Amino acid sequence: MARQALHDVAIVATANTRQARRLDGETDTALVLAVMRELLARSGLRPADIDGVNVVAPVGGIHPRQAAHWLGPRPRWCGTEYMGIAAVLEAAAAIATGQATTVLLATAQAGAYGERGATAPWTRPSYEFTECFGLYTAAEFALCARRHMTLYGTRHESMATVAATIRNNGHRHPGAASYGRAPLTPDDVAASRMVASPFRLLDCCITSEGGGGLLLTTAERARELPVTPVYLLGAGTDRRGLAYTRAPLWEECGDIGARAAARSFAQAGLRPADIDVCEFYDPFSFEIIRQFEAFGFCAPGEGGDFVLDGRIAIDGEFPVATNGGLLAFSHAGTLQMLQKVIAACEQLTGAAPPALRVPEARVALASNGGSGALFCDVMILGSERP
Amino acid sequence: MSHWSTAPETDASGLPLPCPTALSRPHWDGCARGELLVQCCADCGRRVFPPQPVCTACFSERLGWERSSGRGLIYSFTVVHRPPRPEFEVPYVIVIVELEEGWHMLSNLLDCDPDAVAVGDPVEVSFETRAGMVLPMFRRRGA
Repeated sequence: MARQALHDVAIVATANTRQARRLDGETDTALVLAVMRELLARSGLRPADIDGVNVVAPVGGIHPRQAAHWLGPRPRWCGTEYMGIAAVLEAAAAIATGQATTVLLATAQAGAYGERGATAPWTRPSYEFTECFGLYTAAEFALCARRHMTLYGTRHESMATVAATIRNNGHRHPGAASYGRAPLTPDDVAASRMVASPFRLLDCCITSEGGGGLLLTTAERARELPVTPVYLLGAGTDRRGLAYTRAPLWEECGDIGARAAARSFAQAGLRPADIDVCEFYDPFSFEIIRQFEAFGFCAPGEGGDFVLDGRIAIDGEFPVATNGGLLAFSHAGTLQMLQKVIAACEQLTGAAPPALRVPEARVALASNGGSGALFCDVMILGSERP
Repeated sequence: MSHWSTAPETDASGLPLPCPTALSRPHWDGCARGELLVQCCADCGRRVFPPQPVCTACFSERLGWERSSGRGLIYSFTVVHRPPRPEFEVPYVIVIVELEEGWHMLSNLLDCDPDAVAVGDPVEVSFETRAGMVLPMFRRRGA
């Protein structure tokens, strides 16, 4: 494997606040501060050790430079990416190029949703050629899923299996917004009310509130801290224009993430078969099927069968969204993107809840985005320094 | 205020209306005349939609407007039961139409049985007025 600058960077702490449908009385500022304190406590670092910051609360409006000021005069680098994996990659680049040694990332959302209002605010487009026709996130992704069903005969049964598997993970994760809910079967998913065909309610992610973050530093420095580091093995981005503005064509977005995964695997010197944990982005059940194809785990059109027969369960060959993902853990602002990296770290450090722990997890793949979003970023993480 | 929370233009019923720009104005003016206009690249012949300042296939700036036949096939669809705004009457059908000239647009399919819509169904444009704006929607053809 060729040496990558990315390989000299490690994640040394992750943190989450409580996640819930609503956190009444909370503010995103209070949540972000709680996350920052927890990251410092877990890493054994002091505020003066942090010289890079990317803290955002897109709904409430915390700017990274404002949060940097809270840490005193030392931070000199501020990130500008608000998206999970891309923000981790940006911070790693800052460390690898000597702009910072230790970067704190955090984000939170509270107070964004009304009583039952459930469309994430950044996906309510005011776009000229889509909004007037009633397009929104679920419908956009549904158009992609329908195309896959037409091309390959994919059935809703596969999507329902994905949704039930991931939701049941979240129902068993004490930190999840859906913790404690009763187990679901694929039949329950198929019986839930229609949202935008072929997606039913339980095929679609939840909306919730909460805060979370992580701390990166050099692999050298990580060895001196009282932590179990997680290493960055490879990463890549794949972007194809502005989402929600035009008809999502399968030819343009069906394999989105393929370029990100190819770069990530090449940097890591690994193949799909080497992945122990699949923290794939799950805004809708179908996206898991699509990503197994796009990332090269199976051939185009085979994803529907690939997810059946327990393969994606915690004890399966490729466990998916082990914390419950966007379908059941949390979907709070931009935090759900960072949650994919946090979930990977929890599996690789043995911090995942016992019922959801993947045995001997050494390599995890996290992803953000999806077909309807017209972007898909990938990061491969490992428990051993490359 | 968030940088992504937006309040769209709406008609009296609360349905969203497009806000034409200098770039897109010819398309909407065409709709008002009952013509479906699309950008066509003078260098590579590719149709470009929604309107762009350059051809997204060859980066040429020699884009002109051309009239589409308005006929095409359903490329994909979704039947929406839970709308983004309560003003939309459900269920309604969102379609991606592949026009005869090889370009695609997002729209609505009108006057159809939502349970009978299928990819590949032939459709044609139907201009519908919403609060003074004329929107290009589609109906089944040949039935």
